[in-house]
Amino acid sequence: MTINDGLLVMTKTVLEVDNLSVEFPARRGLVKAVRNVSFQLYEGEALALIGESGSGKTTLGLSLVRLLPKTARIREGRILYRKDGEEQDVLLLSREGLRAFRWRECAMVFQGAQNAFNPVLRIEDQFIDTARAHGIRDKDKVRAEARELLRRVHLDPDRVLKSFPHELSGGMRQRVLIALGLLLKPQIVILDEPTTALDILTQRSVIEVLRSVRDEFKFSLIFISHDLSLAAELADRVATVYAGKIVEIGNVFDIFEKPRHPYTQGLTQTVPTVTGELRELISIPGSPPDLIEPPKGCAFNPRCPYASERCRQEQPPLEEVGDGQFAACWNWREITERKPL
Amino acid sequence: MSTPIIELAGVSRTFEQRRKIVKAVDNVSFSVNEGDVICLVGESGCGKTTTGKMVSGLLRPSSGEVRYRGKDIWKMNKEEFREYRLAVQLIHQDPYASLNPAHTIYRILSAPLIHHKLVQDENHARERVRELMRTVEISPPDDFFDKYPHQLSGGQRQRISVARALTVNPSVIVADEAVSMVDVSIRISLLAMLTKLMRDLGVTFIFITHDLAVAKYFAWEGRIAVMYLGRMVELSRTPELINNPQHPYTNALLSAIPEADPRLTRTKERIQLRSPDVPSLLNLPPGCTFHTRCPLYEEGLCDVHVPQLQELEPGVDVACHVAARRHGISLVGETSNR
Amino acid sequence: MKTLRLLMHNKVGFAGFLGVLFFLFLAFVAPLFIPLDTETRVDQIYQLPSAEHILGTDFQGRDIFSLIVHGGRDVMVVAFLTGLISTTIAVILGSLSALLGGWVDSLIMAVTDVWLAIPQLPLLAVVATMIKLDSVVLTAVVLAALAWPSLTRAIRSQVLSLRQREYVQAAQLLDLGNRHIISSELLPNMMSYIAINLVFAMTGAVYSQVLLVFLGLVTLSNNWGVIINLAWTRGAIFSSMAFMNILAPVLALALFQLSLVSFTRSLEEIFNPRLRTSV
Repeated sequence: MTINDGLLVMTKTVLEVDNLSVEFPARRGLVKAVRNVSFQLYEGEALALIGESGSGKTTLGLSLVRLLPKTARIREGRILYRKDGEEQDVLLLSREGLRAFRWRECAMVFQGAQNAFNPVLRIEDQFIDTARAHGIRDKDKVRAEARELLRRVHLDPDRVLKSFPHELSGGMRQRVLIALGLLLKPQIVILDEPTTALDILTQRSVIEVLRSVRDEFKFSLIFISHDLSLAAELADRVATVYAGKIVEIGNVFDIFEKPRHPYTQGLTQTVPTVTGELRELISIPGSPPDLIEPPKGCAFNPRCPYASERCRQEQPPLEEVGDGQFAACWNWREITERKPL
Repeated sequence: MSTPIIELAGVSRTFEQRRKIVKAVDNVSFSVNEGDVICLVGESGCGKTTTGKMVSGLLRPSSGEVRYRGKDIWKMNKEEFREYRLAVQLIHQDPYASLNPAHTIYRILSAPLIHHKLVQDENHARERVRELMRTVEISPPDDFFDKYPHQLSGGQRQRISVARALTVNPSVIVADEAVSMVDVSIRISLLAMLTKLMRDLGVTFIFITHDLAVAKYFAWEGRIAVMYLGRMVELSRTPELINNPQHPYTNALLSAIPEADPRLTRTKERIQLRSPDVPSLLNLPPGCTFHTRCPLYEEGLCDVHVPQLQELEPGVDVACHVAARRHGISLVGETSNR
Repeated sequence: MKTLRLLMHNKVGFAGFLGVLFFLFLAFVAPLFIPLDTETRVDQIYQLPSAEHILGTDFQGRDIFSLIVHGGRDVMVVAFLTGLISTTIAVILGSLSALLGGWVDSLIMAVTDVWLAIPQLPLLAVVATMIKLDSVVLTAVVLAALAWPSLTRAIRSQVLSLRQREYVQAAQLLDLGNRHIISSELLPNMMSYIAINLVFAMTGAVYSQVLLVFLGLVTLSNNWGVIINLAWTRGAIFSSMAFMNILAPVLALALFQLSLVSFTRSLEEIFNPRLRTSV
């Protein structure tokens, strides 16, 4: 579903994650970074994965394009990619298939725009290299395409194409990466912390650029962030990730205005807004969970004011709590208004 | 009026970088009275951290004076400097780098107590450390005595850093992005704890942050100073600055901040800048350094004359020619074109 | 107990530790039970390993195993002394240089520059002609005199980087004094670095002393270098039967060095508080 002026429109699913679990070995034991996650990405929508550090959101993003570190193990699950009526499981793709999938169908733009570039190549050559890696050898065509895309992200192609990555500012690099991600016209773009570490005004320009390229190219967008305000700004739907699980997913207005999971509710109450009078902020007690030995039952129960005996014993499933809104909480009915945690 | 506890008078600081002079802080003046709070806000490279380091005596100004209770700290005698040294403490941004990984929490907190003979004996030290940990809301304290910093979460470490600063009973705390690196769910409780310190212990706070929303929350009863490329462009009481910003840069920042509220953030009025690019500190524009991006820019005025910070209304100081003119004040006079 | 567990945690490091123990035993305990073979047996020269001579015999028909057993002690003592002396000098000068800065820093750095620029081997040759290097201590002092400059630079840069750490700044702000900063903030965080440098200084000293002995610049009694030197000068390299005479001391040296280097891995874990408490 996407939201057009508050109207819900049913659309096609382009990506379906089904019961995905990812683990890492660590000194103390297995890090259960992603635990039985399922969700769908609809055509043309922007989905925000929101969570704090160590919630597993980045691992989840990386597993979608199978860019996990070597030590990681996908224990179970399927990632189904759909296009033109065909369906394939990303986890079963061959090396070649994966390579084609990664940029042509699904591009990932990483956190820390600096490291994503080869430092000794000019921006122009980064575009040409990327295209060549996917079988496009017509340099002039790539160059023309690159110029067009750079203009779309509000950069001056004449200047940028001839520059080395280190000659550009952080915000410019981030925009170049977005342009590079769009080079092969993928159906899905994944952004990992697209505005983190950028200054406010730069962040604003990246947000505006994302908004305008999305309007133009109509791709589906997944962005991973710890920043709630970015989700409020850009997302159609929001998924809250806690201890490797999606604990709530729904359209952006529902998530911010009537959250049904205590963690989502807590998050929306902790972030100060700059406009208007001082509103009361309430913090979430306790510390982030341990992913090696997550708490029994619902992982949020040690920090949750609504926790009952059942929460300490049984893991709640994602349950439909509203129109297209799902929450994994036994007591979601009690969570109706903004209430101090 | 009583003497301000901290006062900066025409403070500048330059650095040498690739054989060029970089003016990190340019002619900054402000004063803070005991028990007050001021937030220094700005984007990276605006000089807020350098200013914080000069207030806490870690850096010496290239020119101008940093005064503690009316005395220039760099002209103090040994005794006076010692008093200042302990009275002004700094809390660093990175809770992972600010605690010595080789020491236990107890040792980190007891070392200053013992060194400065603030406790009589071991038992007293333990009692005092417990008390400090309760002040920063770490409980139960005894469970943490023998832990090492890496065994604590980011939020807990930051609390220990605060407790360490409190060991010497400071009058002023300079907090440099003290809550930026901890998770959102922890951030508010940390801020609330600092607010409590300010109220209960009467500590004067100089709070440095890039986040205007955090500054607003922390310094609602105090002031916010906005810095841009080494200069202070606006210094006003917080509610005025947030609700009625006078400097176009403050206004641009406020309008650009995304809000954690989808309706609010999608309907917010955005100010278009003339250029998205921040000038390099190595090559600052003449006149007002914001003129290359400013929507109110006036040729022949803003690119020629450096505007000085000037009180336009009570509690509202602004360094902008256009804003000043609206108040019937001219800032053109003694300034220069460098 | 904790230290032992940490020691065993890194397998390579633990193997190195066992190797070092083995060589210490070989060099300091074994000689008490195995007499040094000094007899010349012209009918048994250059024998291959056998039940009687497990490492074969040398050009005089002496048992190589007994020579190896007795030839390790001096090598190790010299290595340890050299490492200790040069590391001590390096820690003191490197820290002074980094902490005091100014002209002290410039002076110390200038001296190390000059020192590093002098070709060491010819210098040693000259020194050897002036001073008779026939004692273990004297050899160690001379080797240490050559080894300290590069170590000093390493320690200096380490102190410089530690000094910028925020917790050191915090100690300055709390006016805890220089003594506290050096002994409590800097040194504990340098221990692993110093220990590892000490071990590397030792490995360096092993090679340079063996080289000196081999070249005949240092005259010590039987040691692994001497065995190689004698094998060389008495023509062992021309006899295909004599390879054990060279191989045995070379292997002993190489294995000892390997043990030392591997052992540093464990040292790292032992001194790292992060690892100490998470086991």
